[in-house]
Amino acid sequence: MSSTDQAKGSRAFYSNVRSSLQETEKVNRRDMLGLFMPMIRDAAVNEFGGFEELRRHVKNIKQHSLDNLYHYLSQFVEEAKSNGNHVHFAQDSSEMNSIVLDICQQHDARRVIKGKSMVTEETHLLPHLQSAGLEVVETDLGEYIIQQAGESPSHIVGPALHKSVDEIRELFMRKHQLGERELEGPAEMVAEARTVLREHFLKADVGIIGSNALIAESGYSMLVTNEGNGDLCANLPKVLIICTTMDRVVPRANDAMALLRLLVRSATGQPVTCYTSFYSGPRQGEDTDGPIETHIVLLDNKRSDILDSDYREMLQCIRCAACLNHCPIYIGAGGHAYGSVYMGPMGSVLTPLLTSLEESNALPNACTACGRCAEVCPASIPLPDLLRDLRHDETRAKLSPTRWRVGMKIHAWLLSHPWLYHKLTALGIPALGWLGRKKGSFKSLVLANGWTDERDFPAPQGRTFMQQYQSQRDDNEDAG
Amino acid sequence: MRAGNQHPPQDAPRFQVALYVTCLVDLFRPSVAFDTIQLLEQAGCEVTVPTLQTCCGQPTYNTGDYESTIPLARQLIEAFEFADYVVVPSGSCAGMISHHYPKLLQDEWRERALALAAKTFELTTFLSDIAKIEKAPGDTAPLPSVTYHDSCAGLRELGVKAQPRALLKELCNLEVSELGQTEVCCGFGGTFCAKMPELSGKMASDKLDSALATGAKVLAGGDMGCLMNIAGRAKRLGKNIEVRHIAELLAGDLDGPAIGEGKQ
Ligand code: SF4
Repeated sequence: MSSTDQAKGSRAFYSNVRSSLQETEKVNRRDMLGLFMPMIRDAAVNEFGGFEELRRHVKNIKQHSLDNLYHYLSQFVEEAKSNGNHVHFAQDSSEMNSIVLDICQQHDARRVIKGKSMVTEETHLLPHLQSAGLEVVETDLGEYIIQQAGESPSHIVGPALHKSVDEIRELFMRKHQLGERELEGPAEMVAEARTVLREHFLKADVGIIGSNALIAESGYSMLVTNEGNGDLCANLPKVLIICTTMDRVVPRANDAMALLRLLVRSATGQPVTCYTSFYSGPRQGEDTDGPIETHIVLLDNKRSDILDSDYREMLQCIRCAACLNHCPIYIGAGGHAYGSVYMGPMGSVLTPLLTSLEESNALPNACTACGRCAEVCPASIPLPDLLRDLRHDETRAKLSPTRWRVGMKIHAWLLSHPWLYHKLTALGIPALGWLGRKKGSFKSLVLANGWTDERDFPAPQGRTFMQQYQSQRDDNEDAG
Repeated sequence: MRAGNQHPPQDAPRFQVALYVTCLVDLFRPSVAFDTIQLLEQAGCEVTVPTLQTCCGQPTYNTGDYESTIPLARQLIEAFEFADYVVVPSGSCAGMISHHYPKLLQDEWRERALALAAKTFELTTFLSDIAKIEKAPGDTAPLPSVTYHDSCAGLRELGVKAQPRALLKELCNLEVSELGQTEVCCGFGGTFCAKMPELSGKMASDKLDSALATGAKVLAGGDMGCLMNIAGRAKRLGKNIEVRHIAELLAGDLDGPAIGEGKQ
């Protein structure tokens, strides 16, 4: 997907949601996700015990790291270089993509294997490399599946969660040379993917991975995976490229571990992922394996702007997806509706900040302010507040529909004139109540069509409370 | 003042309460405000209703029009700051006053907002934790089976969860049949329900399905916005469940039609 498609995707959000609600089977599958993921997260958090305390600790770590970002970033760069890494800065997506392509071309690479990385999805690295003639294979099972299907991720942790087992079987039958073989259950499908991927691992010239944390004191990069594919991407090819962003920096290894304890429980309800790896740099002296050359590409892409804005807290995000799993809008809409690599509450904040509010202003409006995301966010990001602040920016920039904006102004003006407001409502409301007295609600109502599209509008009981209360008081005064 | 003892209403009141009825109750369901007054008086409160009240400003605030919300917040503060206690039969309006006014306003007004926040309570919290009501105001006729929708703002901003259940138990001897996924939003979200009607409708349907699965006759809640959303959806889909404000149950006011029901 090109970046213009992405922009369109965000703008088209409302119509995307309407269509995705039509796909009953997928809706049901997402509903199950919305039921199941919070359950396993809750169980993991309860079993852990000191989650709240650790959450406060991690918030402090992230805030401290961001407050002193340039300090820790330069410490990281210095350490990483002294470990033998090449470090590059990329201002924006296209710069990151060209840096990576250059490295590949310098090594005459033809085959690239890639671990799961949201940053490279953000920059659309894969099509960039492919159009230069490179063969790029995703090695995370979920990413591999959607690559085969020609789709984009629907979830930041489980990119292929939108696909059913049957769909995946069909896909493999179509794409792999299976001959007479049938793929029975998920275990056989995983084995099949493993066999195919092993070939790619062994033949690749360059491996690309992401990073969950950059440790300033050592210059190491931490990555968690459940499949171990990250390690194979990092260690088998002769060149390793780590694509990440500057906001991943934390001061110490201990900080990365604290973050890890929250991340995994929040993401998949596991106490720890199957593989947690720390990459220091290229093979040294006596080492018998590992890459010969390693590169770390640090992407900014508006993060410095976010750092200097009122939305700095968003950079605390550790990409656990708990906010997605707990968001009824995400569950209803599905990840693809967002038209962005980031989705759910975190995406509805990030996408407008990374693109522009003009392109993505539908997203911050897709929120009932229910607050469940902020309640579970391990990084303590006040997501509903940030979404509302984006709506404030939207209002001030006059990007919201005029009828909403003007309607709100008139509404507020009337409300700030209590006497007039009570007079008018004392006229209108009893009339409305009288009209609706038999049925008790309206099937349609002028000016309320957004409401009555999907539900009846309950009729008022009759006279307003203020009206009744006032006349009771008048009666009492007359009697007294 | 005798502590811990329930006072008959004719005794000297224990609490001076200013009632913020909220715009939805004022316009659509005044009976909830009368029930609230009865409950507060039963709990030994003297209730006044400031007449300069309109809306707390949630709709403009949530749409992102902070500028239009500020005068509404100030107006409400001015109308209510005289009171010892402010009681609100809505979690989201009480949350707006106690959580969001201090964020919205600055300087002197912020101080005044914080002072008001400290004495503002959602109805069931006030009855249960502060006034410690012990007896229902009327005879509690045998009540129908009930399930409870925890409105999001009350639940997460104010921690309203145990209070309505405790009151139903103590005053009405009624055990709540709990909803599945009770922590999930009903899809109202103020202007959200008009901006994304289809998704909002799906969420309301999910809520209704959970409610019907409990087998309860009544779905109660503490926020008119959510209740009107759920009742309206039930009417549209022809689902049979009575939707009522918790104050109606506690006050035994069940003769009139439920929300969205007609008078036949
Ligand atoms: S915003 Fe919070 S909950 Fe959402 S992905 Fe980021 S860290 Fe996780």
